[in-house]
Amino acid sequence: MPNMSAIVHPQQRHFNPYAENGGTILAIAGADFTVIAGDTRQSEGYSIQTRYAPKVFRLTDRAVLAVNGFAADGNMFVKKVKQRLEWYKHAHAKDMPLRAIARLIQTMLYAQRFFPYYVYNILGGIEEDGSGAVYSFDPVGSYEREACRAAGAAQSLVQPFLDNQIYFKNQTAAPGRSHPSHLPLPDVLSIVVDSFTSATERHIEVGDGLEIYIVLAKGRSLQGVEGLHGLRELSTQEDGERVFVLQRDLKKD
Amino acid sequence: MGMPPTPYTPDPRRSQAWIPFNTRSEQPIVTGTSVLALTYKDGIMLAGDNLASYGSLACSAPRLSVTIPSYTIFGASGNMSDFQYLQHDLDNLIIQEEVTAQDGHQLGPKQIHKYLSQVFYARRSKMDSLWKSVLGGGFKDGKRFLLFVDLLSVTYTVLTLATCYGVYIAQPLLRKAFEGSEVRKIKEDWLHVLFYRDPRSTNQYQITTISAAGPTISPSLKLETEWSFAESIRGYGPQTQ
Amino acid sequence: MSLCMLGPTRQCVLGRAASSNTVQFYLANTIMFRNTYDSDNTVFSPQGRLHQVEYALEAVKQGSAAVGLRSKTHAVLLALKRSTGELASYQQKMIRIDDHVGIAIAGLTSDARVLSNFMRQQAMSSRMVFNRPIPVNRLVSTIADKAQVNTQEYGRRPYGVGFLVIGQDHTGPHLYEFSPSGTSFEYYAISIGARSQSAKTYLEKHYEEFAESSLEDLIRHGLHALRETLQQDKELTINNTSIGILGPKGEHEKGVTSEGSFRILEGEPIDVYLKTMEPKVTAESASAPAPSSGDEDVQMAE
Repeated sequence: MPNMSAIVHPQQRHFNPYAENGGTILAIAGADFTVIAGDTRQSEGYSIQTRYAPKVFRLTDRAVLAVNGFAADGNMFVKKVKQRLEWYKHAHAKDMPLRAIARLIQTMLYAQRFFPYYVYNILGGIEEDGSGAVYSFDPVGSYEREACRAAGAAQSLVQPFLDNQIYFKNQTAAPGRSHPSHLPLPDVLSIVVDSFTSATERHIEVGDGLEIYIVLAKGRSLQGVEGLHGLRELSTQEDGERVFVLQRDLKKD
Repeated sequence: MGMPPTPYTPDPRRSQAWIPFNTRSEQPIVTGTSVLALTYKDGIMLAGDNLASYGSLACSAPRLSVTIPSYTIFGASGNMSDFQYLQHDLDNLIIQEEVTAQDGHQLGPKQIHKYLSQVFYARRSKMDSLWKSVLGGGFKDGKRFLLFVDLLSVTYTVLTLATCYGVYIAQPLLRKAFEGSEVRKIKEDWLHVLFYRDPRSTNQYQITTISAAGPTISPSLKLETEWSFAESIRGYGPQTQ
Repeated sequence: MSLCMLGPTRQCVLGRAASSNTVQFYLANTIMFRNTYDSDNTVFSPQGRLHQVEYALEAVKQGSAAVGLRSKTHAVLLALKRSTGELASYQQKMIRIDDHVGIAIAGLTSDARVLSNFMRQQAMSSRMVFNRPIPVNRLVSTIADKAQVNTQEYGRRPYGVGFLVIGQDHTGPHLYEFSPSGTSFEYYAISIGARSQSAKTYLEKHYEEFAESSLEDLIRHGLHALRETLQQDKELTINNTSIGILGPKGEHEKGVTSEGSFRILEGEPIDVYLKTMEPKVTAESASAPAPSSGDEDVQMAE
């Protein structure tokens, strides 16, 4: 007779420590600026929990982090990144460079490889050479530098649109001309706003509000977008990189 | 065959990190149902009935709480024992932070919200959640604040809130009615609807508010209900078909 | 014994300035016999004193001076930096703890590093758990409690460093002194370190003006007080002075956050404040000589 206790199988555990809180984020790098945006809806299933829960956070004057996925992990992760940056500032009396923040985020995510933060991160900002940069991460820390990236609930709607509009995929340049390697800031802003209004139309977890962060390289002016309604400056230094946030409404249904 | 495998070998070195599975709560046991909360002109109002359910066995227990001498009120649905644990934990925190220190630095609702989210996050990360959702409200330095934390430590602040069945029944009404009307009346209407529809609820309820004047908590109140309509509803009453 | 603990710097002082009675007393002790009750901080002397703790307070007096003062809107720290020689950099006298707290140190820099790191941890943990900047009084209490343990447990050594802590919270700006004996007090104005008594005398004379002072006036008073701690032939320069500020942006400042976060001014930006100082009343023109202080300065390199 088999020993029953020896063939006891592990039981399915009921508790799921994760939830999916919807929303979408995206970032686009320009030649000397970066735009990082996210909607502000937070939902669980078919219920909207709140119409305003920010997903995009200023880390330093030249780095902005967008976090999407499980909201509790996202908030905790941002808090921990901010504290690591504070220690860096204590030690070095300056802000951490963007590429170093990117590597830091990788190690912090991979440290949780076996109980991951269930979040997709997009880091945007200005590199030390003054160029705009976007880094995108998966939940366990795999990352790369890109020119643009969308993540979250409506990634599958927005990313193809960006591929077409930013990378000019499936577009043929006019004879004798080539596609620009970087778009100007006003064009990028309209692409961002269009991405989100469209995602709001087609995805139930996207909507309510839009927060667009703009990071400008040292010495670059707002050129073409100054005086936009709802534009607020968040920079702490007057002569370094500058950070702005632009708030827009999205449909609430 | 040898000895059956032991499910858990105590290891003193890891006593903090590793909790035996059988001591973690897998599900709520004695539960409370919906709590409602809203922001009004002068502050925050919370309402919830006084029912604790053990399956279908009912008993009476308050589910709203005021942290004194802080600026926060809260109510919870879900596991009642976790609610009471949290009450003790907050009481201790207040004693340690405010009564002992007595230096004028008091924890406001925002601080309590952050603290709760930390406590909940730590527990969910140990796969040992506090099996409940907490609604809280506060009023400090002229500002109203309504907070939410759940078992996964998902947090947010909004103008109107509901938990459990209230999410589906009361929250749409809450949002709709939010502008204008007399708040207490609204609350009672929602409790009516919830009582009619949620079998794990009761018509005994409490209301607590917090404003510049400080927190108040009502005695147990009773909803007047009307059940004669049930006669005409199929499935209710004496109809046999 | 006591001299061994305090190291060669102390001996240098003794060799040079043996006018003080206290100093002579210590010197005599070392040469002839050890002090019976100073080897262990858990044993009181028959006079009810803990010699090791008192030596730690002496270590604070070895450090160059730091001055702190506050108004209704601002709190400032000023410190004198030493350099070991022409080729060496100046020491670090101020440390940022958090946006709303900064410290100036006098004494053993390495002990200060340990303690300030602990303060940073406390400040961050308050932000992590409560999303609240740590109340300054509680932060100072935590390090005072830590220091007290070292005055009571066997086998430990008291910290050899004193702090001036400035911080702000919803009740306004604050200034505290922390000392290795485990005490902390709040002040309108205070100084610690070598020859700090002279600075205190200045502060005591002028403190009533501080509450209503502008940032610029506050700094000027601070510089005047700090100048008192200098030796006769020395002056405050942009190289040997540090200024720490908490509170709204001043007239000459750029790039200050709206909350008036803690910032440290060193080098060129200090010049404008040094220029506001009134010329020092020299010994010849002054009717009364400067009050002599019990503590002596060590050799100060240019």
